[in-house]
Amino acid sequence: MVWLQILIDGFAISSLYALGAIGFTLIFGVSGVLNLAHGGVMLVAALMGWMLAGEARIGTYLGTLLGVLSGLACAYVTYLMVVRPIQRSAAIPREEKEIFVLTGTLLWGIMIQQGMAYLFTDNPVTMRPLIAGVISIAGVRTPLNEIMIAVICWVVIGMLWLFVNRTRAGKALLAASINPRGLTLLGFELSRVYLLAWTIYGVLAGVAGVLLASFLGVSSNNTGQLTASAFSIVVLGGLGSVSGSLMAAYVVGYLETITAYLIAPTLRPLPALLLLVLVVYVRPQGLLGRR
Amino acid sequence: MTNLLRSPVLWAALLLAAVAATLPWWLSGYVLGVLTVAYYFGVFSMAWDLLFGFAGEVNFGPTFLIGLGAYTAAILDAKWGPPIPVCIIAGGLVALIGGLLLALPALRLRGPYFGLVTLVAVLLLQNCIVIFAGVTGGEIGMTVPDVLSVRAEDNYWYALGFLIVCAIILFGLSRSAIGLILQASGQDAIGAQALGFNVTKHKLAAFCISAVFSGVAGAMLIFYQGTASVSTVVDLGVGVQIIIAAVLGGRRTILGAVLGSVFLIVAGEFLRPLGQINTFVVAAVALAVILFFPDGLLGNLLRVTARERE
Repeated sequence: MVWLQILIDGFAISSLYALGAIGFTLIFGVSGVLNLAHGGVMLVAALMGWMLAGEARIGTYLGTLLGVLSGLACAYVTYLMVVRPIQRSAAIPREEKEIFVLTGTLLWGIMIQQGMAYLFTDNPVTMRPLIAGVISIAGVRTPLNEIMIAVICWVVIGMLWLFVNRTRAGKALLAASINPRGLTLLGFELSRVYLLAWTIYGVLAGVAGVLLASFLGVSSNNTGQLTASAFSIVVLGGLGSVSGSLMAAYVVGYLETITAYLIAPTLRPLPALLLLVLVVYVRPQGLLGRR
Repeated sequence: MTNLLRSPVLWAALLLAAVAATLPWWLSGYVLGVLTVAYYFGVFSMAWDLLFGFAGEVNFGPTFLIGLGAYTAAILDAKWGPPIPVCIIAGGLVALIGGLLLALPALRLRGPYFGLVTLVAVLLLQNCIVIFAGVTGGEIGMTVPDVLSVRAEDNYWYALGFLIVCAIILFGLSRSAIGLILQASGQDAIGAQALGFNVTKHKLAAFCISAVFSGVAGAMLIFYQGTASVSTVVDLGVGVQIIIAAVLGGRRTILGAVLGSVFLIVAGEFLRPLGQINTFVVAAVALAVILFFPDGLLGNLLRVTARERE
């Protein structure tokens, strides 16, 4: 019985992790940016969704939509006001751009966290479920909301797959991750491709944020933890590899759920961290990384 | 050596140190307390700058080393109560072991991968402290029975003296041949190796030095504050503050890190009336500096004087 419970709970959590990490890895794959404000973007979407759906009483669905949109807006601000100025700055030497982007997004993430804590306090909040009700799967009582969240995650991931593999714009995105110079030579505007990548990132992080608020709840105190878990999932799977991130999300999600159920809830993050250190030592490129 | 003596940075630093030494006669105990903490942060930042600016290692977890030093000293003091210097030295030694543990992956991994390992090291340490709450006091923190001194002036002298000693050693090191080799191996490891330098040995040395200074400073900080807690010496937020201070002051300047730390801590204190929003403002100022003056406070000054001399 407890194993079935782990299977179901773990699946929902892992799907959410996958959705959260996939945007992070996409941005890295396409433009080489590690966005340390990732948790902040998710937080903005989550808190706006919670506020609009619950406090402003405009309905759960409209609130969810507006929450996702505010996540998107936050992603745009991150790119246009923080990342792009650093990338284009003439005063920063080329080999140090990476550390400046890291530091800049880290600071921006802190600003988001503090700003949100100021506006909404840092109390943990949980959004109302997207659909109410409980269903019994082979004797395990599962909230319908949990199933709904896993379904939404996979629909969004499926749509992303279709977009990247079946549309012209998506293929340009893929090409930018393989050879940006070649893409420029073919007459594509690279800055537009990057903007597209950030748009997709914003939507993905926004959806993940709102779903997180409705499933586990969020607090502005968790911003760093959110970024760290996305970062570690992405490294575990291999930086820039989307299928690797999906796999790693399930490894981490299930490892955490099993620990929480069978050993102790307080030890929840430990095994995943240890596994991460081990993988990074033995196979630095991650499970499916290219090198 | 003559080159070093002609460097304007050195004279400016000496002047600042002389001014800082006179402060206890005309500032209140409260301000001295703020500056004491800022000086310890200055040491943290300098040690970080040696690793990042010179060895080129992106270390997101300076608090791993600091926390090891601080908690070793605190636990030792609370359990067996040997003289304070013994606790502090033990803290430095355990931090040194931690530094070697961190150096191991750094020799194999690059860039973001190493950055992640350091991040995970902090999270692991934090989790361990919470799990072994019986010894470490868990999330609440532990009380340290002994303190360096109860007088604000004495604590200020200790911190200032320690800062000056560290600054002389680290600055001298960065201007020596070792500093140059470190810089070379940070920017182009293969090139440095081809020139016949032992990159591994130098990087290992950089890690050890950075770790010892971080650990000792962490141990002294908790003996000043009288408590050791996750939120003051281990939390990722503290590490971020150290990194910001070093970048703000100017990378690869060592002494700039002190300026950055003092600015950050004092600004945080000035903005305290703003309440919750003060961290937001400090982060915003730091972001603006990074965007518009990427060389940092001291880096920009140096560039201006260098241009004038031309």
